[in-house]
Amino acid sequence: MTTTNGNGQSGPKLTLWEKLYFPEILRGMSITIRAFFRPKFTRQYPEERWVPPPVFRGRPVLVMEDETHVERCVACGLCARVCPSLAIEVQAAETELDKERYPERFEINMLRCIFCGFCEEVCPEEAIIMSKDFEITFTDPRDTIFGKDKLLIPASQLRDRLEFLKEYR
Amino acid sequence: MIAIEALIKIVILVLVVLGIVAYLVLLERKVSAYMQDRIGPNRVGPKGLFQPFADILKLVLKEMIVPEKANKFIHALAPVISITVAIGALAVIPFGNYIVVGGQKISLMIANVNVGVLYILAMSSLGVYGITLSGWASNNKYSLLGGLRSSAQMISYELSLGLSLIGVFMINGTLQLDKITMAQSGGLWNIVYQPLGFLVFVTAAFAETNRLPFDLPEAEPELVGGYHTEYSGMRWGLFFLSEYTNMIVSSAVMVSLYFGGWSLPFVNYAHMAPNLAALIQVLTFFVKLGILIFIFMWVRWTLPRFRYDQLMNVGWKIMLPLAILNVLGTGAVLLAIK
Repeated sequence: MTTTNGNGQSGPKLTLWEKLYFPEILRGMSITIRAFFRPKFTRQYPEERWVPPPVFRGRPVLVMEDETHVERCVACGLCARVCPSLAIEVQAAETELDKERYPERFEINMLRCIFCGFCEEVCPEEAIIMSKDFEITFTDPRDTIFGKDKLLIPASQLRDRLEFLKEYR
Repeated sequence: MIAIEALIKIVILVLVVLGIVAYLVLLERKVSAYMQDRIGPNRVGPKGLFQPFADILKLVLKEMIVPEKANKFIHALAPVISITVAIGALAVIPFGNYIVVGGQKISLMIANVNVGVLYILAMSSLGVYGITLSGWASNNKYSLLGGLRSSAQMISYELSLGLSLIGVFMINGTLQLDKITMAQSGGLWNIVYQPLGFLVFVTAAFAETNRLPFDLPEAEPELVGGYHTEYSGMRWGLFFLSEYTNMIVSSAVMVSLYFGGWSLPFVNYAHMAPNLAALIQVLTFFVKLGILIFIFMWVRWTLPRFRYDQLMNVGWKIMLPLAILNVLGTGAVLLAIK
């Protein structure tokens, strides 16, 4: 029930008990003292790290087969094409392997990447997927372009996300 | 000899109080954090216990900016007034009965003036000059508004602050804090006889110390920083220190007047060695002080700020009549008993 409260502003009409101030103040104080003894939500970050669930979209990485150390990518360029922020650049080349094509150069500009996951979604080979890595910092703009050296991650380390994609994509 | 004794007591008191104030800042941050489901500062030293030193070091090293069109002299003077009157008020607080050094009784209060509480009220009234002058001298509209608000607020609440204490003076028949403490040490504490007066005094004390829910002089959302908008570095630090020192003074007055000061119920100090008794008394006093200061912080992190017209309404239309009612009621009861 709302009505004017005497100051020309609308608000709930207070009972006499509430108008006495002190009982209500004590009620408020009992709420804060209970909060005082509740367990805290704070995570002590550098010591206590969070391991994200598989749904998490961290930094995009290239999947590398465990035995052969060859990337799954066939350099089709779909990821570069779909990328809304134009962060991916692929340079294709021929190879003796079955897949015939491989990325000679694969670069993601991490200043441009918006972690949308479109590259992962469009990839026909499950070769580029989103990892759990969210601790991405630079001190030099030249470090922000990640080449194959930083992007290639063995499939065994990415199992969570690969299984997640199999189940839900 | 008396001068040297007083000087030693002053130096010890000022150092102890400044140390306590530094840790009160940490306590306040911890209390606020715990009430908001956070942990609070815990990085500097074990459990964050060295945080006050880091804070003070930061304040000392920061540049003290003075606005170009400010009144330079008064701008520099205002924080000094604030801290001086805040610490000065502590002179008449009895932290214990007495200690014996070299066969001589040394009372544990700096000055035993016969106006006692009146001196504290006078000092806290002077505190408004520090705030108002800082607001005026900064040549900044927000500072000026903060200063004006603080003067209006302090004048409104000083009346009920003083009136609420009269009940205690009527019961104990003295203004001296050590005699009031003595009177309570045998029997019941004054809060039993003066619950209404205590409530009025607590409310007025919150307004006097400019703390939430009455911190309108520095209401951040409306006034940027209020009266200390144009202060930085250690000058700002002095305002900060004086706010916490004022909190100690108000709590100490409450302890002495309403909670039996250094005395404990059912404890007879006459059988103890005087220095041991003094130690227990001082500890008792500081524990009581700590509990009251915690309540100050507890209230601050519970209540929202009053609106300015509400503040004035509460001060003049509720607190003042209640205080007068308390004086009349106490007088009537005292007459009836007599």
